[in-house]
Amino acid sequence: MRPFEYVAPTTLREAYGILAGANGRIVRPLAGGTDLIDQLRVGRKRADVVMDVKRIPEMQRLTWEADGGILIGAAVPCVQVYEYPDVAQRYPALGEAARLIGSWQIQHRASLGGNICNAAPSADTAPPLLVYGAVAHIGGPRGERLVPLERFFTGPGQTVLAPDELLLAIHLPPPPPRSSSHYLRFIPREEMDIAVAGVASLVALAPDGGIGQARIALAAVAPTPVRAREAEAVLEGRRPSRRLVEEAAERAVLATRPITDVRGSRAYRQELVKVLTRRTLLHALADLGIHID
Amino acid sequence: MATKATFRYIGKPVPKMDALERVTGAARYAADLSLPGMLYGKVLRSPHPHAYIRRIDPSRALAVEGVKAVVTAADLPPLEEARAAFGGELMIELAHLRQLVIAHEKALFEGHPVAAVAATSPEAAEAALDLIAVDYEPLPVVENALEAMKPDAPLLHPDLYTKTLGEKPTKPSNIGMILEVGFGDLEKAWAEADVVVEQAFETQMVHQGYLEPQACVAWVDSQGQIQVWTSTQGTFNTQRMLSALLKVPLHKITVIPAEIGGAFGGKIYVMLEPLAILLARKAGRPVKMVMDRAEVFRATGPSSPAYITVKAGARRDGRLTGLYAKVIMDAGAFPGAPIDRGAWCIFAPYKAPAMKVEAYDVVTNKPRVQPYRAPGGPQVMFATESVMDMLAERLGMDPVEFRLLNAADEGDQNVTGYKYGRIGVKAVLEAVKRHPHWNTPLEGKNRGRGLAMGCWMGALLTSSSQVMVNVDGTVTIVTGQVDLTGTRTTMVQMVADMLQLPIEQVSIRVGDTSSTPYTDLSAGSRTTLTQSVALAKACQSVLEQMKERAAEALSKPDRRLTAADIEYAEGRFWVKGDPEQAISWRQVAILSRTRGGGPVVGTGTVTRLQPANQFAAQVCDVEVDPETGKVKILRYTCFQDVGRVINPIQVEGQMQGGAVQGIGWGLFEYYAWDKGKIRNPTFLDYRMPTALDLPMLDTAIVEVPAPDGPLGVRGVGEAPITPGPAALANAIYRAVGVRITSLPMTPEAVFWAIRAKTAVPQPAPADGT
Amino acid sequence: MSTFPWERLALRIPIRVRVNGDTHTLLVKPWQTLLETLRDDLGLTGTKEGCGNGNCGCCTVLMNGRPVTSCLVLAPEADGAEVLTVEGLARDGQPSPLQKAFIEYGALQCGFCTPGFLMSATYLLQRIPNPTEQEVRLGIAGNLCRCTGYDKIVRAILAVARGEVQ
Repeated sequence: MRPFEYVAPTTLREAYGILAGANGRIVRPLAGGTDLIDQLRVGRKRADVVMDVKRIPEMQRLTWEADGGILIGAAVPCVQVYEYPDVAQRYPALGEAARLIGSWQIQHRASLGGNICNAAPSADTAPPLLVYGAVAHIGGPRGERLVPLERFFTGPGQTVLAPDELLLAIHLPPPPPRSSSHYLRFIPREEMDIAVAGVASLVALAPDGGIGQARIALAAVAPTPVRAREAEAVLEGRRPSRRLVEEAAERAVLATRPITDVRGSRAYRQELVKVLTRRTLLHALADLGIHID
Repeated sequence: MATKATFRYIGKPVPKMDALERVTGAARYAADLSLPGMLYGKVLRSPHPHAYIRRIDPSRALAVEGVKAVVTAADLPPLEEARAAFGGELMIELAHLRQLVIAHEKALFEGHPVAAVAATSPEAAEAALDLIAVDYEPLPVVENALEAMKPDAPLLHPDLYTKTLGEKPTKPSNIGMILEVGFGDLEKAWAEADVVVEQAFETQMVHQGYLEPQACVAWVDSQGQIQVWTSTQGTFNTQRMLSALLKVPLHKITVIPAEIGGAFGGKIYVMLEPLAILLARKAGRPVKMVMDRAEVFRATGPSSPAYITVKAGARRDGRLTGLYAKVIMDAGAFPGAPIDRGAWCIFAPYKAPAMKVEAYDVVTNKPRVQPYRAPGGPQVMFATESVMDMLAERLGMDPVEFRLLNAADEGDQNVTGYKYGRIGVKAVLEAVKRHPHWNTPLEGKNRGRGLAMGCWMGALLTSSSQVMVNVDGTVTIVTGQVDLTGTRTTMVQMVADMLQLPIEQVSIRVGDTSSTPYTDLSAGSRTTLTQSVALAKACQSVLEQMKERAAEALSKPDRRLTAADIEYAEGRFWVKGDPEQAISWRQVAILSRTRGGGPVVGTGTVTRLQPANQFAAQVCDVEVDPETGKVKILRYTCFQDVGRVINPIQVEGQMQGGAVQGIGWGLFEYYAWDKGKIRNPTFLDYRMPTALDLPMLDTAIVEVPAPDGPLGVRGVGEAPITPGPAALANAIYRAVGVRITSLPMTPEAVFWAIRAKTAVPQPAPADGT
Repeated sequence: MSTFPWERLALRIPIRVRVNGDTHTLLVKPWQTLLETLRDDLGLTGTKEGCGNGNCGCCTVLMNGRPVTSCLVLAPEADGAEVLTVEGLARDGQPSPLQKAFIEYGALQCGFCTPGFLMSATYLLQRIPNPTEQEVRLGIAGNLCRCTGYDKIVRAILAVARGEVQ
């Protein structure tokens, strides 16, 4: 591995100081390392300084908020997220996604924050976070800011983070009442693979039993994780039916701009989006007592 | 010699004797070794799949602090004996091996070694690689065998003339060899057939996937004595290759086998060793070289991709009239694809009055292939067993009955002309027929059951071992036979039974080339079979010697005894007809220290045996998700004729392990290419089956004794990889009605096959752009 | 091509790490991995490198009780950590039940992947003391084996879970 320095600040202030004093050197934050360390090893990314953020308390927070939402520190590993009491019930899609990443070994290291900062289009936690309306807490020597996750990703491997900024935490607002959500991804094996396509669907029922809110987000089928707004529009305000769900599934493809690579072709990914959208919608509806055959 | 009825250990599930050091982490693999003063070696590899190498300038690298040596092809001595060839299951000419180890005028595949560096730290070695200046002149890339065979294809080798039975061609080409074998009248066969099936198939390059990357440590002392510790299947084969490449006589080279972390045929040719030795010699210090996983994918020896067409004709009553195949195998950068082995396998389970195989060994700009567990076997059996299924269906016959009707047996002729001795094709099929798996109905949508046969000829070569009786009566087996699969344990089992001693009194040591007699590599499923013969001879010699000593000890002044007067059983020698006149094994051993004759050592060698052919079958049940193409394996059973079971746990393990490699080959694994560059040189995107992808794997063992050898043992290791792809293809066909003829059968491939079959006009794909 | 940072080669970071119950004070390079530290600095070569990027599980160790692929942990991150490797499974010279079961059930052939499997299985049985076959397979899904086909590995682990191997 190409030599770098390693620092492990114990406060945010210390971390900001390191970022502010970089002077053109590349400082890379390290959480779980499951993406970064391999990237450094093969030379896909370079670092002059690797800054381990795991000792900063703000990075390890995992708490329910007063408004019923949840705050997840950027360095909290996946396994802690999905094992946290009530996450599976309140944010099922997030729990499902965190359980799917890599293997147990990876899940004990890989963090949610790292997953979204790495910003692979296939990031499994991104679709659930998008359907929950997650907000990124960002901080650096020049101040702190909040960015809705929908605006966080700017391209494959690219985010709005400036070189002197850190993701501190992700905040999820409380899920809408009478809602359920699921995440499904397609991979060739049963584990270890990067998603060929991933879909999270959240459905909230209106008082009249129709669909009040629908949010659908996709992974691995566009330069960034994306919301499938055309599909959402078709669902909102309508009564659930098989035909409606199929229509939404077809429309979800409109949000895709997939590529063909070693994991799948463009056309196959689009077909998978239809299948996974349908399946996650049906599952969420079934949770809410609506069984469609 | 004990008979089957009295075996205490042969046939029993004796736990692996060297397992404790492996489960405690004490076993030493090549990368675990260190020597004082050791340097770290790294290889500079061509980024171009095909290029002239105009100039190599290592001067900036040599100037780096900590860099102690740089080597290139210029450091290899000039080639005299171009004729020599090496291999265990695949031949490679010395001239080609030399170029494979390090590029000469041309880089012929991405990852081809161009230079090597030794430095005091891995970081310095890595930095030095970047400083070696190489002028490449990229050339057009020959991407696959079909492209390579075109008349205007760029040539890899200006001096490669196709070997055929006819006249030597006047022009060089990319075809290393054309093989034609067969007998009978095929035209007549097609005319007489009521049903003819002809189908083309395609398979991709796959890697053995051993988890231990190649590694070695080399040291050349001040006398020029070379020692190399390495992960290899054959220490003596390695020694011979090194001797030829480096022009050093054998007695100056010692090859010491480290524990080996999987090989499956891929650790036969030298790769790092010659470079490590050259570096060690130049630097005057030991050099350690370890490949990383990307290097293993790019620059070791995966298996041949193949294009295969099979044509088969049968009469209405089910009897085959003729079999024909055209097989094109891609050897990678140098000739030597396993077309001869593929030819032996392709129709081996069947008999027919006419058969023919035309096979082509073609070079392309890919890494040069090495054997992968039945080299050529999985590719050709995928084709044949798919066609047999198609034929059986057209005839309306049960897949097992159809195969039984046409099963090859003793005296029948293989397409290569070889006549089978005693073989177990029918026995295996009968075992399938009565097995609960075959007889349990498979219910549910999108589910199907597939059957396929597999086979392997079985290599022989030379094997030796020594059996030493220690002066306390315990026994040590000394052998150069590398333990790939647990043969240490099976060899101890055999000797304990052959000498009728408690197994606790027998040990084995796998030694290096300076301390054991010549023995060929562990490969080709030959180890247990040939060692059963070699050990039998060694034990016979030991017993003779011990009987003579016993005779001497039991002699009286008035009656001189010889070995012929002595009986032996279970650790005790006695005079024939006078059982009270006895002496124990241990006592004879003690006396051997001081009495004439000296220590008792028996050596056994075997060089000629009748082949012990392996036949196998696998049955799998799958469920296909037609919306995604994903295939789930519900149930899997492996059948095999192993001749005689020495150790059932080991036999089952070989069957299961081979089956899973076949499953990976069939469903997931392939090299993805981009004009000669590998797109997926990691375990992330080169997908091998995980535990979650598989069910339990049942095994059903059949024993039809092999025609040769004292125990009837057949090799086990290779046939199990051959049926998987076809068994899966046949199961998928029954599940969703699509016949997939191209590997791997990934979910995407299955998806599109289903879509094509159920082709309903689809709306144009929605496009978000 | 950028210049190699030669000046960093001398960088070292002191760490204190407890491995298999023994505390070590080491000077590590910032960029070296925990895997390299275990193998090269502590001579604990039982933990293996199979792929270098967390895809094969051969380098699995328990760090603070959790399974991690040590090729993706930087050595400085292990400062203050408790690490358990395959060499630490035996107690007073007695192999652990899992180690014994692997031998008895033929759950290894070449043995290269075995240390990683033993670590994952040790954790699995702590987390799920009575696992189903599918739970076992899930727990070892991050460990690749090329020799056995996993069947005997799963059987060995289930046998220990059932108390059949002590």
